[in-house]
Amino acid sequence: MIYFDKVSKIYSDDCVALDEVTLTIEPKEFVSIVGHSGAGKTTLIKMILAEEKPSKGAIFYESKEVHKLKGKEITALRRKIGTVFQDFRLLPNKTVYENIAFAMEAAGRTDEEIEADVPHVLELVDIGKKIYSFPNELSGGEKQRVAIARAIVNQPDVIIADEPTGNLDPANTFEIIQILKKINDLGTTVIITTHNRTVVESLGKRVISMQNGKIVRDDKHGKYVL
Amino acid sequence: MFLTKIKRVFKAGLTNFWRNGFVSLSSLVVMFITLFMITSLIFMSAILSYSLQEIKNKVDVKVYFNTDVAESDILSLKKSTDALPEVEKVTYVPKEQVLSDFQEKWKDNGLILDALNELGSNPFGARLDIKAKDPSQYESIANFFDLKGSDCSAFESKFSIIEKVNYCQNKPVIEKLVKITDAVNAVGFWVAILFLIISIIITFNTIRLAIFISKDEISVMRLVGASGRYIKGPFVVSGILYGIVSATLVLAVFLGLTYWIGNLSKNFFVGLDLFDFYLKNFGQIFLITFGSGIALGAISSYLAVRRYLKI
Repeated sequence: MIYFDKVSKIYSDDCVALDEVTLTIEPKEFVSIVGHSGAGKTTLIKMILAEEKPSKGAIFYESKEVHKLKGKEITALRRKIGTVFQDFRLLPNKTVYENIAFAMEAAGRTDEEIEADVPHVLELVDIGKKIYSFPNELSGGEKQRVAIARAIVNQPDVIIADEPTGNLDPANTFEIIQILKKINDLGTTVIITTHNRTVVESLGKRVISMQNGKIVRDDKHGKYVL
Repeated sequence: MFLTKIKRVFKAGLTNFWRNGFVSLSSLVVMFITLFMITSLIFMSAILSYSLQEIKNKVDVKVYFNTDVAESDILSLKKSTDALPEVEKVTYVPKEQVLSDFQEKWKDNGLILDALNELGSNPFGARLDIKAKDPSQYESIANFFDLKGSDCSAFESKFSIIEKVNYCQNKPVIEKLVKITDAVNAVGFWVAILFLIISIIITFNTIRLAIFISKDEISVMRLVGASGRYIKGPFVVSGILYGIVSATLVLAVFLGLTYWIGNLSKNFFVGLDLFDFYLKNFGQIFLITFGSGIALGAISSYLAVRRYLKI
């Protein structure tokens, strides 16, 4: 589904974010990418979203080479991928409802679909009661639930979560991971990056370990080994 | 779907305008100042051209005729003077009128009136008062009367019925006036352009700053798959709203301001009532103020968002 072919990202001679990374992610997989800060996890993820361009190599989403896509095709690609960030990145001037609705509007969904799906997806991540709150009225855990709701509302093929539990306490971390697991069980590919050993080990799914821009381990039922 | 999208863009633009209270307020204030400046320039140019017109009206060229010239000859000369393209107005003053004006002017001076009575007959000839459309055209009007002496050393015309033309007397004043009018117009134009450019740059930068605050928001919108147009739309709508609200405020302030100084300006600018001018030209002022506000808001927003859409 997603294929990295000898991808390098070189900012300068002494700053190599990715170094000849080759990697395949199959549909319906749950992949954790682990590594210290600066290992290249976030760069890897940004490449899938066409946010960053590789210096060498190519990334394929299904059969299409991501960095050869033009404006509208990039927009279409991003609609197939739901994204969750460590800092939530909700739209601060929109309510919880409007944040989710925005992603649906962007995908060209009708008002009727939006009215039906938004409350439903908010119930799914257990934040239905805060539907008319603004992001600054929510806790970190609540914000991340909204971000996940926004990521899944358009039923994407893939969910990419960059350190989704980085700003959360253990209880919220556990719940967010359970939600992501549930999404994966329903058939969506999930890719997360994380520092959190407990998260990785509780999942018991594929783990890719990165160091200095290289993949150093790739275990089918991996553990957090660095 | 197209209509739904338009509706959503307008709704989002309105909501952003309302919810970004402080940012909207600062943009509104700057936009208000810019539009105030633009509208002031309209008034300033009106005052300027009115004042220059007033000064121009005070200058004319007088053609004095010999006392024995028949009225029909003068009127036929008036007719051909009237036909000159440079001429705005020719007034015929018959010699009886000249006499009574003179008597009126010197009514308190017995000596002069006695001397006049001594003569027994009207010593004055008739006169034509000629106003040019522009002060610079007096010279060519004077040339029509074919003055003797190219350097204005003599006042006599080659037309035998004309006693003298006072162009050469007025020449230095007229030339000075032409210079002043030209200078005031040129300086006024460039000062207006300068103010306009400065205020447009300030507005543009304020709106850019306002959108800079939303930089991260724009990148998130991009990452959730919103198209460039769908992101730009609400910002442009907010920009247009800044323009509309500011323009409305500017027009209201000018309504109060001109009403308040209307009478004052009438005395000061010899007859120009700014309130009256405002009401008479309201359509034009409305279009300029609203047009500039909307264009400034929309274009600045459009250009500013475009910078942050390159993700």
